[in-house]
Amino acid sequence: MLDLLSDVLKRARERGATAADAFLVEDRAFSAQVRLGRVDTVKHAREQHLSLRVFSGRSAAAASTSDFSRTSVERLVDEAVSLSRITAPDELSGLPEASVLAREIPALDLDDPTGHDLSPEEKIDLARRCEAAALGADPRITNSEGGDFADRRARYAYAASHGFAAEYGTSSFSLSASPVASENGHMQRDGWYHVTRKRARLDSPEEIGKTAARRALRRLGARQVKTAQVPVVFDPEVAASLVRHVAGAVAGPSLYRGASFLLGKLGEQIAAPGVTIIDDGTIAGGLGSRPFDGEGLPILRTVIVDKGVLTSYLLDTYSGRKLGMASTHHAARDGSGVTVGTTNLYLAKGATDPKDLIGSVKQGLYVTELIGFGVNGVTGDYSRGAVGMWIDNGELAYPVEGITIAGNLLDMFRAIEGVGNDLVFRDRTAAPTVLVGRMTVAGA
Amino acid sequence: MTTTKLARPERFFEDRFGLTSSALERLLGSHLAGRVDHADLFLEYRVSEELTLEEGAVKKASRHVSQGAGIRAQSGERTGYAHTDDLALPNLEEAARQARAIADQASSTTAVAVGSGRPHDLYALAEPPVNAALDRKVALLLKMDAAARALDPRVKQVIASLGSEDVVVLIATPSGWTVGDVRPLTRLNVTVIVEENGKREIGAYGGGGRVPFDFFLEEDRWRRYTSEAVRQATIKLHAVEAPAGEMTVVLGPGWPGILLHEAVGHGLEGDFNRKQTSAFSGRMGQKVASDLVTVIDDGTIANRRGSLNVDDEGIPTRRNVLIEKGVLVGYMQDRLNARLMGGEPTGNGRRESYAHQPMPRMTNTFMLAGQDDPADIIRSVPHGLYAVNFGGGQVDITNGKFVFSASEAYLIEDGKITRPVKGATLIGSGPEALTRVSRVGHDLKLDEGVGTCGKDGQSVPVGVGLPTIRIDGITVGGTQV
Repeated sequence: MLDLLSDVLKRARERGATAADAFLVEDRAFSAQVRLGRVDTVKHAREQHLSLRVFSGRSAAAASTSDFSRTSVERLVDEAVSLSRITAPDELSGLPEASVLAREIPALDLDDPTGHDLSPEEKIDLARRCEAAALGADPRITNSEGGDFADRRARYAYAASHGFAAEYGTSSFSLSASPVASENGHMQRDGWYHVTRKRARLDSPEEIGKTAARRALRRLGARQVKTAQVPVVFDPEVAASLVRHVAGAVAGPSLYRGASFLLGKLGEQIAAPGVTIIDDGTIAGGLGSRPFDGEGLPILRTVIVDKGVLTSYLLDTYSGRKLGMASTHHAARDGSGVTVGTTNLYLAKGATDPKDLIGSVKQGLYVTELIGFGVNGVTGDYSRGAVGMWIDNGELAYPVEGITIAGNLLDMFRAIEGVGNDLVFRDRTAAPTVLVGRMTVAGA
Repeated sequence: MTTTKLARPERFFEDRFGLTSSALERLLGSHLAGRVDHADLFLEYRVSEELTLEEGAVKKASRHVSQGAGIRAQSGERTGYAHTDDLALPNLEEAARQARAIADQASSTTAVAVGSGRPHDLYALAEPPVNAALDRKVALLLKMDAAARALDPRVKQVIASLGSEDVVVLIATPSGWTVGDVRPLTRLNVTVIVEENGKREIGAYGGGGRVPFDFFLEEDRWRRYTSEAVRQATIKLHAVEAPAGEMTVVLGPGWPGILLHEAVGHGLEGDFNRKQTSAFSGRMGQKVASDLVTVIDDGTIANRRGSLNVDDEGIPTRRNVLIEKGVLVGYMQDRLNARLMGGEPTGNGRRESYAHQPMPRMTNTFMLAGQDDPADIIRSVPHGLYAVNFGGGQVDITNGKFVFSASEAYLIEDGKITRPVKGATLIGSGPEALTRVSRVGHDLKLDEGVGTCGKDGQSVPVGVGLPTIRIDGITVGGTQV
């Protein structure tokens, strides 16, 4: 892989580029879906992707291809170099300084060399057991969107013309079930999942299936509630989405474009004192961990919000220079060049048992799912469709649906009155249960 | 700049990758023929380009090539799917073996009828925009930046982008049947950030389709997109809190047709109905909307973003009536679900790329025009919301609850449009929402060509359309109680 990258960078220099960097991914993936006990779909994938960024002086351009034939790769380089001649120069563009590049590549234990050694039949069987556990959990589980197993093995390589070349491998395994519950002619679906880098650490298929069934069952009989302003408790899955909104608003490109509700708020109290948000790419075996960022900088642990105070933005080299700051080593590669991306992003756990957070609410909403896209990143105005349980005198009383929750993200973060002690990494972004003091719930 | 002349799909894959028709026939014949209910090979070659302007200059430009093959074998409800982006024959043979392994015995003897009719010719372009001269594209983006800043001094940031692609596909089955398509697609977008007294807002607008580059210059489209973005952003600066609770809502024409896409469209896709997981399952022939409502999905409209000459299984697209005068009359089908439900494919089998298997998907989904004057519809509302622009939407197929988020909306007070309100999500129930449609305008409009639909991790370009309509009761998710 590094040989191909080296050839690409060499050709870019030969064609007149003053600097260049290139990123390469190769992967093999497998997935199996079983529905109602029978194999539905089995998928094998083999993919490769090369992306290149070139600079002609202070002008930049990017190109990518999945065709690694010599002629195609050469054409890619030539096209990128010619594109860089039509883009406007930008004095801040360019590779990071060579002095800040990662010197050591940490071993983060991101792959599972033996985990993929299962036959397709054994993988299908994991999906089958997961779905079967959901279907067998209760007679009201009457249908299913299926049980799924997937695994993926990938290698990533990055090289830059000022002297960086490194590669690493990752594994991932996922198992999920999506059962449908029905009662009195009404249906509800829900699901549960687990994703890990080590197959041995996957929750058991039975545990995932039963949890999926429990989640679908608790939605049966859901109704609308009256419009009201009440406390809202976010379960860990939906609380993680709030953390993603903060990460989006502190990403360099949102800030230098003036498109962020957290613009100019560095050093200010933007959330309640119980709120600490961290991005940590160094967690061994973490789903979001990586040994270096998309520009070859060493990976860090970044405290974004410390006890409610905004302490760091998320920057790559270019957006850092735009803001007169150093990169926070959050460059991520996409086909079009470099963006800002998070690694393992989480809201630090608090001290309160989630039961006590719910117990502290007289009348309010416990949210378990959010749908739609009603978030304005510039103003922080927030309005999304919600599913959950109504809280009556501190108890989860009955399921609700057909409602929205609305407010402003800045107001919501300042109104966080409690953070649970139930932080679990099920995905790259995680949060414990969170209690927001007051939001508008719109219903009937 | 090297440009790729994308000629006839059969010749293209033969010239570039040595995949002759006899090689494909051997591949499919020796590995797939006769042992499965259906098998096909999908070859794809995609060239795309993206130019982005910000801070008054085009500083970002990128060009991408992706290619690959997806091979599928189906028997009964089983699908084996394998894809690779290395088009060398031995790789394709390995993929075919993997695809077949799971679907090894045919469950039925009835082969699916290949869709009748010939492919359409809806978007042949002399020059796809991806190959148009770069200096013309850069000049267009610079003009948009200047126009936006000239329109209003409160404009602080302009981000304009032109994304275009040209995709060659070839679909082949073991019987020797092949069909190809060449699909250009372009989208021009502009986003502005405005600021007044320290308060910032955002406005975005755009359009496109399977159109030549000159489309954006005709009728001053680029200028209209720019002024719309500026207008929306500046109006939002003075928006008041949106109301919360159930009320009468009037939807403007065009893009608000996303209502149909979410409320009924997804629920009428064949896969959910075969699996009986849709809130519309088993409701064929029943009343699901008011008499005023007829909903069509039409993949055959020339140059539209959601249109296709043939779908991704090689079936020519059609104009499919989904709801006729309030009665559910049609589902959208791909081959698999049509076969299992005993219907016929409707030209709705679509996939994001060779790396994805086809599913029933929408094309251009719209409601037919009615009789009412749009101004009369607004006058008929004593108190409600008038929503004219939307962001995205989403639906839970199984319980039927759907949302779509208004980005530009106004209060209606005593039959008059009064104050602009902040963005808010609207939530309703698919099987009920359209039964509450009480007025339908004569002003059917299709959207500008910006829609992308996501399902099961796959994105495909789609269109929507709507006349002005009145809905008597839907929940508006504002903050004002």
